[in-house]
Amino acid sequence: MTVATDRPEVAKVKQKFGDGLIKVKVFREQLFLCVKRQIVPQVLEFLKNDPELDYAYFSECLGVDYSTWEHERDLPERFEVVYNLISIPNRSRVFIKVGVDDGHKIPTCKHVFLGAEYPEREINDLFGVVFEGNEQTERFLLPDDWSGFPLRKEYPLGGEDVNFDQGTRGPAVEDMSTPHAGESFEGKTGSEDVSGR
Amino acid sequence: MSETRTSEFMPSTETLFERIGEDTMVVNIGPQHPSTHGVLRLICELEGEVIVQCKCVIGYLHTGMEKEAEYQQYHKCVVMTDRMDYLNANGNNLAHALAVEKLLGCEIPRRGSYLRVILAELSRIASHAVWLGTHGLDLGAMTPFFYIFQQREIILDLFEMFSGVRMMPSWIVPGGLRGDMPEGFEAKLRDFLRDFPGELEVVEGLLVENPIWKERTFNVGIMTPQQTLELGCSGPIARGSGVAWDLRKSNPYCCYEEFDFQIPVGTTGDVYDRFIVRIAEMKESCRIIEQAIDGLPEGPWSTLDRKIAPPPREELDTSMESLIHHFKLYTEGYHPPVGEAYAAVEGPKGELGFYVVSNGSNMPYRWHERPPSLMNLKSLEILAEGRLIADLIAIIGSIDIVLGEIDR
Repeated sequence: MTVATDRPEVAKVKQKFGDGLIKVKVFREQLFLCVKRQIVPQVLEFLKNDPELDYAYFSECLGVDYSTWEHERDLPERFEVVYNLISIPNRSRVFIKVGVDDGHKIPTCKHVFLGAEYPEREINDLFGVVFEGNEQTERFLLPDDWSGFPLRKEYPLGGEDVNFDQGTRGPAVEDMSTPHAGESFEGKTGSEDVSGR
Repeated sequence: MSETRTSEFMPSTETLFERIGEDTMVVNIGPQHPSTHGVLRLICELEGEVIVQCKCVIGYLHTGMEKEAEYQQYHKCVVMTDRMDYLNANGNNLAHALAVEKLLGCEIPRRGSYLRVILAELSRIASHAVWLGTHGLDLGAMTPFFYIFQQREIILDLFEMFSGVRMMPSWIVPGGLRGDMPEGFEAKLRDFLRDFPGELEVVEGLLVENPIWKERTFNVGIMTPQQTLELGCSGPIARGSGVAWDLRKSNPYCCYEEFDFQIPVGTTGDVYDRFIVRIAEMKESCRIIEQAIDGLPEGPWSTLDRKIAPPPREELDTSMESLIHHFKLYTEGYHPPVGEAYAAVEGPKGELGFYVVSNGSNMPYRWHERPPSLMNLKSLEILAEGRLIADLIAIIGSIDIVLGEIDR
């Protein structure tokens, strides 16, 4: 995989979209293009149909929650959605990054790449990021009566709100207020008066 | 209370999609059904025996591994990768290891890479063996299942010899391997390589020219190359449709550029082509393992950077520094630099990648698997339209899904 900062993708997207391209980053030989969220479908369509770039192979898209990030960011918004495209003739890969906050919507890309439907639904299910045109009435991976978005940073590990018939106390309910570090078993195993152990 | 909740929130088969026609019927298949290969649930609208539309309902095996990983050190995430695609545990370990090594900027000695190739290719054969057995079983061919599972048993024995575990070895870790090839492994592996092509030929003889098999699979579930690219389908599905894309050739990792092997490609893109492609892939995998074991270099099998890989056991008794390294590695782990890395391998089901975001701590900030089965599953909804229910079963088998990986 040949990678350089002056790759043709950068120049072409810059020429076509101008200010829509916010930042270009190369890390560990991977090219990241950060674009405005309103123009994602157009950017993907451009990369797909350009005969020289030919990013016609949709690999996936995924979400990241940066709310507890303490280092330099590429985009100011809370969430990032990263699209991963492959060009078969050039044997190269490009990552398109989009920033999105709570209350914002990303236009769906499923009319450009039909395969985007499932990963978009997954991001919607686990992060609560809304894709305009791919709205869901039911949950994708989680049960339909589930509330909350587990991959958000404030959602505690083991934070399943279990309804015990003895009241409102229980390991999961207590966990909601104090997410543990994960290395300790405290809070995971339950207390005596609830589980009877 | 629970009763009312269930009825209120469970998606009913009648309401999930609007029915198109007057004479259609909505039928639910799964999640507990032998031919859905796990806990896949399908809701089909049928007109007679023809599928008008079909929808997949997944998530019955969702265990929140990606969330769990954010609270685990990098070397503890390895055991979770095994349990994603449990038929190809070594391939998952490898993809995770490559992604973390990319973040760390760490080089693996050639012996380590060769041993990784051997393990990953054995996994591919084992995964394809399960697929071949169950796919045949779905379509009424029972005998191949018994023949090919004998061969899979031998591969699992080899894994047990290597790591002590049959299905979840966790032997490929960031930094190399957990240990070197054991004594006597080479002889057993060579025995397997000698016998396997003949055994595969027996199974091939049962299916390849079998008129019943051909009747069930010819021109069923045809996928065009254009469709595979747009859907993000990879692996044997893309290659069955004629897309000659294999990450082992196009973006070689683990010294794959040093091996001589072919990429089998289909022409029509139907169920039969995918079947032939996978059979041919098993043979190519055998060739790769043969070359790897013949040219296995001497030397270390793991990186010598003591911050990433532990020191040899015997050094712990004599060297203070080794003891400290060992202790630090297993209590605190390592701290990759801030940034994100994506590394993909060509798994038996397709492009299997890991996207890892590091914030400089010893635990991943975000840890995501690109599940090939999930991306391939979307094609089922498209391929099933207008086909018979019997064809649907053939198509599910030919897509080769593992629900552990889809739901994670």
